[in-house]
Amino acid sequence: MSALPVGADTVVAGEPVAATRRRLVFLRNAKCITGLAILAGFAVLAVVGPWIAPYDPSAISRDVLRPPSGAHWLGTTHAGQDVFSQLLVGTRGVLVVGLVAGVGATVLAVLVGVSAGFLGGLADEVLSALSNIFLVIPALPLIILITGQLPEAGGFTVAVVLAATSWGWGARVLRAQTLSLRRRDFVEAARANGESTWRIVWFETLPNLTAVIASSFVGTVTFAILSQITLAFIGVTSISDWNWGTVLFWAQSNQALARGAWWWFVPAGLCIALLGTAFTLINFGIDEFVNPRLRSVGVSARSMRKRGIAPRIGFTPVVAPARPAAASKVEETVS
Amino acid sequence: MTADILSSPPATARSGRALILEIRDLHVDYGYGADPVHALRGISLTLREGEVLGIAGESGCGKSTLVYAATRLLPPPGLITGGEVRYHPPGDADPVDILRLPEAELRASRWQDTAIVFQGAMNSLNPVYRVGRQLTDAIAAHRPRSTRAEREARARELLTMVGIAPDRIRAFPHQLSGGMRQRVMIAMALALEPRVLILDEPTTALDVVMQRQILEQIMDLRDRLGFAVVFITHDVSLLIEVADHIAIMYAGEIVEEAGADDIYRRPRHPYSAGLLQSFPPLHGPRRPLAGIPGSPPDLQALPSGCPFRTRCPHTMPECAQVHPRLAPPGAERGRRVACLLHDGSHEVPGALGA
Repeated sequence: MSALPVGADTVVAGEPVAATRRRLVFLRNAKCITGLAILAGFAVLAVVGPWIAPYDPSAISRDVLRPPSGAHWLGTTHAGQDVFSQLLVGTRGVLVVGLVAGVGATVLAVLVGVSAGFLGGLADEVLSALSNIFLVIPALPLIILITGQLPEAGGFTVAVVLAATSWGWGARVLRAQTLSLRRRDFVEAARANGESTWRIVWFETLPNLTAVIASSFVGTVTFAILSQITLAFIGVTSISDWNWGTVLFWAQSNQALARGAWWWFVPAGLCIALLGTAFTLINFGIDEFVNPRLRSVGVSARSMRKRGIAPRIGFTPVVAPARPAAASKVEETVS
Repeated sequence: MTADILSSPPATARSGRALILEIRDLHVDYGYGADPVHALRGISLTLREGEVLGIAGESGCGKSTLVYAATRLLPPPGLITGGEVRYHPPGDADPVDILRLPEAELRASRWQDTAIVFQGAMNSLNPVYRVGRQLTDAIAAHRPRSTRAEREARARELLTMVGIAPDRIRAFPHQLSGGMRQRVMIAMALALEPRVLILDEPTTALDVVMQRQILEQIMDLRDRLGFAVVFITHDVSLLIEVADHIAIMYAGEIVEEAGADDIYRRPRHPYSAGLLQSFPPLHGPRRPLAGIPGSPPDLQALPSGCPFRTRCPHTMPECAQVHPRLAPPGAERGRRVACLLHDGSHEVPGALGA
C-alpha cells in the first residue's frame, strides 16, 4: 500500500472562489434585489411617512385642485388637501394590513395544512373539511357585512377578517405537500431514529415546505393589500382612515378623471402597482433561495443568454468551444 | 471534417466492424457560472456495431455524465462545452453530430437509434398505467402509423423476449417484482430495435442472481438482434466477463482503453491495476486484495499533472508536471493508456509491463 497522503500537495485549478459570494447568491438575483429594494422603500415610508408628510392629509386649504407644484408635489384635491401627504400617511395602513393578514393567514395555513397532512385519519378529515369551508367563504362580502355591523372597523379589523378567510388555499397546498413528504425515506429514517413527531414536523418536514409557505405568504400579502384597497375604494371601510384606496375613493367620487386631475389618482395607482410588482419579484427569488438544488445554478439569466445557454431538461445546452480549432482535432482512436 | 478519413483505420480485429458512435474530445461542465466543475475533460471513444463497450471507474468519475452528455440528456446545470458525438446512420449516409442536431431531429432519433436503461430503471415505470400501455406508447410515439393491434403484438413479443409471460401486459408496475420491472424497461428500450443500447448500472439495485439472469438475457438479445451496448458499471469483474472493449475512467478522463482481456490480464495503467486488485480472482493463484488507497480527487481542486498521481504507487517527479495523454503504450497497438510510465523513457514496473 502506498503511504502517500491523498491530496497532500494538490494545486487548486482556477482562481479560488470567494465563499461569501456563494453564500449571498440569493442577492445575486437582480429581480429579487429590485423587489426587496422597492419593498424596503415603502417600509421606510410606512414608518416615517406621518412625520415627514408636509401637510395634514385631512387639512382643507384654499389651493383647490392644483396640479403638482413646488408647494404641493403631487397637487391638491377638490378640498385643497395635499395628495402627497395623503399617500405618505396612507402607506402605513396599507403595509400593516398586508403584513398582519399575511402572517395570520400563513400561520393558520401551516397549522391546519401540515397537521392535516401529518396526522391523517379523522384529524385530516376534520381539518380538510374546515379548510374547504373557509375556501368557499367569499372574503369581500363577508368584510362588507362585518364592517357594516362595526362602524369603527379600521385597518386591523379588515386585516383579521382577511387573515381568517384567506388561509384555506394555502392549507390545502401544504396538506398535499406534507402528504407526499411524510412518506419520503428521510422522514421514515427520522422516525426510525426515534425522533419525536413534533421534531419530525419542525425539523424534517417544514424546511422542505419553505418555498410553498414563503410564496403563499407573499401571495396572501398581495391579496390582502389589494382587498383592503378595494374596500377603501368602494367606501366600505372608514373613509377618514387614510390609505391609497381612500385617496382613490375621493378621487373617484369627485370625478377626478372628468376634471383632468390626473395627479389625484395616478400616483396612488402607481404605488399599488409598484408594491404588487415588488412582491411578485420577491416571489421569483424565493424559490431559488430556499431550494439548494436551484441555488447552485445561481447565475443571472442574462449572462446565460449572452453565452447562448438555454437549460432544458432533456436537451443539454451545448456551447461552442472557445478552444482553438487545432485542439478539436481527433486524437488517434483505438483501432 | 469528412467521414472517409475516419473510416480507414489500421486493420485490426476491431476495425472489421462499422462505426456507430464516435465521441470526440467531449468536454462537459457542471455549473453555468464563473467557476464550473469540469466533469469531463476531452473524452474520445468509439463504439462499433455489435460491440459491448464497458465503462468502469469509481463513483463520481464521470461514467454516467459521459453517456448522458453524449445523448444530451444531462440535466441542468450540465453544460457541454466542446467536442462532437458523431452517430453513423446505417448504410453509407454521412454521420450526424448529435450535439448539433435540431431538437425535433434529436427527439426523433432518441430511442430509435439510441435507447437507455437507466440507473434504478425499475422506478422509471409510471405507477398508474399498465405496462402494456407504457410499452405501446413508446412505439406509438415513434411509429405513428402503426395500428393498435400491431403495437400490442409487438409489446407481447417484447415481453416474451425478456422472459416475461405476455399476459403480464395487463399488469400494473406494482404487481411486478423489481427484476421484472427492470426487464420491462429493457423490453421498452428494445421496442424500436435501437442500434445502440446504453445500460447505466442496470443491475445495481438487483440481487446477484437476478443480475446474472438479466445480463445473460441482454447478451443473448444482443447476439440475436445485433445492437451495440454501452455498459456502465463500477463492477469491473462483471464488465470483464461481458464487455468486448473497456474504457477505465478516472476524474473525468479516460485513463485506459483496451480489449477486455487485455485490461484483465495486462493492465497498463496503475489505476486499472488497482481496480483489478480490488476484487478476488475466481481461479488461479491467490493474491492479496489491495484496493486503491484514498479517494478520487475533488474535480475543483485537481492535482497538477496526472490526476491519479496522489494515489499512485508508481508516482514519479514528472507526474506532477506533465499531464499524460492517452496514447498506445510502447509498441502495443489497439489500446491506449494515459500514463507517463509508458512513454518509452521509463522502466515499466513488472506488474504493468507484463
